[in-house]
Amino acid sequence: MMLLEAVRIARDLREPARMVEAIPYAQWMGIAPEITTGEFLTRMRYQPRNIGNPSVPALHGGTIGALLEMAAVLHLLWDSESIALPKIVNITVDYLRPGRPLDTLAKTTVTRQGRRVVNAEVSAWQEDRAKPVASAQVHFLVTPPDDPA
Amino acid sequence: MTAPPPDPVRPEFLTAFHAIEGDKRVFFQRWYNDQIPHNAALGTSIVDVSEGRCSMRLEWAAHLVGDIATGILAGGPITVLLDSCCGLAVATRLRDVAAFATLDLRIDYARPAVPGKPVIAEAECYRITSNVAFTRAIAHQGDPEVLVAAAAGTFMLGTRGRSVTAMQGPAGEGPSP
Repeated sequence: MMLLEAVRIARDLREPARMVEAIPYAQWMGIAPEITTGEFLTRMRYQPRNIGNPSVPALHGGTIGALLEMAAVLHLLWDSESIALPKIVNITVDYLRPGRPLDTLAKTTVTRQGRRVVNAEVSAWQEDRAKPVASAQVHFLVTPPDDPA
Repeated sequence: MTAPPPDPVRPEFLTAFHAIEGDKRVFFQRWYNDQIPHNAALGTSIVDVSEGRCSMRLEWAAHLVGDIATGILAGGPITVLLDSCCGLAVATRLRDVAAFATLDLRIDYARPAVPGKPVIAEAECYRITSNVAFTRAIAHQGDPEVLVAAAAGTFMLGTRGRSVTAMQGPAGEGPSP
């Protein structure tokens, strides 16, 4: 199934997790969006293979970066008015606390929605939302499918 | 089961690193695969390592794809690869017993990685102080002039591997080289 088709189905059913059916990496990482609390959040389930430092133990920092980026992509796919694949331009991740072996949640805030560029901020936390493990600023290019610029 | 390789924060890691003449890849590969579960799961490998520099490789795999229609790798595996590669470049320059943690990591995605081909990361730790290590890295698919991504990573040194509070302090206060 193509990603845009999966997005359409997910939106029609109001089941955002259906989007990751077309994103093998999200499935492998245990990353999926949810709207159970009414707000669009993306969860990375804890799985032992996401550990980076077994002696702490702590999640691999890269996996938290991957969650932040995927959370922003999924948020844009879910929320944008027209269906278009956002292309990531860059991401800057601030690591604030070690990620413990727990589920990690991420919330995306679109700070500016331009015609071509979207600026987004993403925050990730575990048990306490007031104590984020990481945050990120992400830039995306958004090009409608019929505009091959 | 073989004995685990030394933790990079311990003196025996440095002793072992500096004792190895020439090719240090086997040592680092063993450490990276045995001690970092996510690197092993992702299937990264060390291409080359020398003091202050490191090169790693990520094989293309179907489960790392970001869009099933294109087969293009998601950004996440490249993020992990660059973070690991920058961290390893820092590890090669450690002089004292010091755990370290990523403070920030910026990645510019220059172009999508061609499906089916491995991605190579090359990182350099170009400055290390008592508190902070600065790194830069590129990712490409064989031609270093044709970039998939470029990265800049900063690491806090002297964080305590087992102490959460000690890791939080320096990161919260920001860098003070």
